[in-house]
Amino acid sequence: MNDAVKNIARIVLFVLIQVYLLNKIPFLHRFIAPYLYFLPLLWLPFSVSRQWLLFIGFLTGLLLDYFMMTPGLHAAACLLIMYVRPFLINILTPKDISEFNYKEPSPKAMQWTPYMVYVVILTLLHHFYMILLEWLSFGTFLDFLIKVVATTGISLLMIFAVELLFPRRLKFRTNTA
Amino acid sequence: MRNIFLFISRYRTFFTFLILQVVALWFLFNYNRFHRTKFLGIANEITGRINTQYNKVEDYFAMKAENQRLNRLNDSLMNLLPQNFDTPDTSYRLVKDSVAYDTTGRIRQYVWRDAKVIYNTINFQKNYIQLNRGANQGVRDNMSVISSDGSAVGVVVNVSPNYSVVMSLLHVQSKRSVLLKRTGSMGIIEWDGKNPHYLVLRNIPRSDSVVVGDTVLTNVFSEFPPGFMVGRVAEVVKDKGSNFHILKIRPSANFFSLQQVHVVEKLHLNEQKELLEATRKKIDDPKNFPG
Repeated sequence: MNDAVKNIARIVLFVLIQVYLLNKIPFLHRFIAPYLYFLPLLWLPFSVSRQWLLFIGFLTGLLLDYFMMTPGLHAAACLLIMYVRPFLINILTPKDISEFNYKEPSPKAMQWTPYMVYVVILTLLHHFYMILLEWLSFGTFLDFLIKVVATTGISLLMIFAVELLFPRRLKFRTNTA
Repeated sequence: MRNIFLFISRYRTFFTFLILQVVALWFLFNYNRFHRTKFLGIANEITGRINTQYNKVEDYFAMKAENQRLNRLNDSLMNLLPQNFDTPDTSYRLVKDSVAYDTTGRIRQYVWRDAKVIYNTINFQKNYIQLNRGANQGVRDNMSVISSDGSAVGVVVNVSPNYSVVMSLLHVQSKRSVLLKRTGSMGIIEWDGKNPHYLVLRNIPRSDSVVVGDTVLTNVFSEFPPGFMVGRVAEVVKDKGSNFHILKIRPSANFFSLQQVHVVEKLHLNEQKELLEATRKKIDDPKNFPG
């Protein structure tokens, strides 16, 4: 399948899962709001240009926003993690190109530890910024901090479950493409 | 000049990020002013259609609760029928009034429309409900929404041609005037964003004796028709800092399984608001009340 089509399909699928499954989960606790929709953004190929990353992030966030009737909230958070993503990948991947020829970030491509660092930092950043914007209009500071930590924890749990249950087939960069 | 262009193209990504970030924040903080524009109306139409499709499946899970609610409401209406009552007096006879109808006429105050919930959340601090009725069906902003068992649910805040968005009582910015039935005091019902099982009622004076189980009803000043259930007092919290009670209210609407609802239009709401506004202006004007 074409890479672009595959990634768009993934994003739409995850937004629908977020809207119709995770948002509808019976109330657990006020600090727990399960978020998973941004995972396909972390899976975007390395080759996507930084400009495109920003636009894709913005549109994904906006798509979710219109379902949840909070225009701009998730778009702003997605935009932030898409801006930071290339810097993080630069730090965490080996510099030697000959050894590194995977197409997109995954535990196999980046090794588990760097990939975990990558996911944890971006998830934390996404939740921190999103909950900060929410907190500006309502809530106490302690609530804000606890909510960031709790929501990040739940998201990470779900992300690792997805990584372990549905391992993606590895794609290699080739010279022919 | 050339250097400026070089600078911009050098930091192109950063500027794109900055511009999009500003756009996102502008969307977020201008929601109330911006939401009437066409673009969001179209978005609402599209999400409305998708939600309708998903809702067809989801309906089966809420059906049992919905049937019970409907039956309870029918039951309470059946109990009002005149056939249920008999006059013990033997000299009872039916007298027909000479005037066939009340010549003073009757003025309609509320119009009820049926609608169906197609999307609803309870997990967030700002929970919205989407309904399958919109401007084409006569739904407008500031109409109240009452669930199928006659309890308050929320107020319409945004409409598109065929769908509308309701601010649920479970929304941290929702503030509605209500009535504590036993003492007759008006209070403000809101939500602290903590637990969707409880709302918070403020502004009930400490001199009122409030007990657990007291009924909270809608009042005539709010968007809701008066006398409909909002909830029951579940806990009385002592607030030493003020002269008011803080009451935890168990809402009588089941926000977890909303399905069929009524959208209630208060025909004189605008007039009421305009009068209040005009009065405020008149009082503030030093010409009318010098000194």
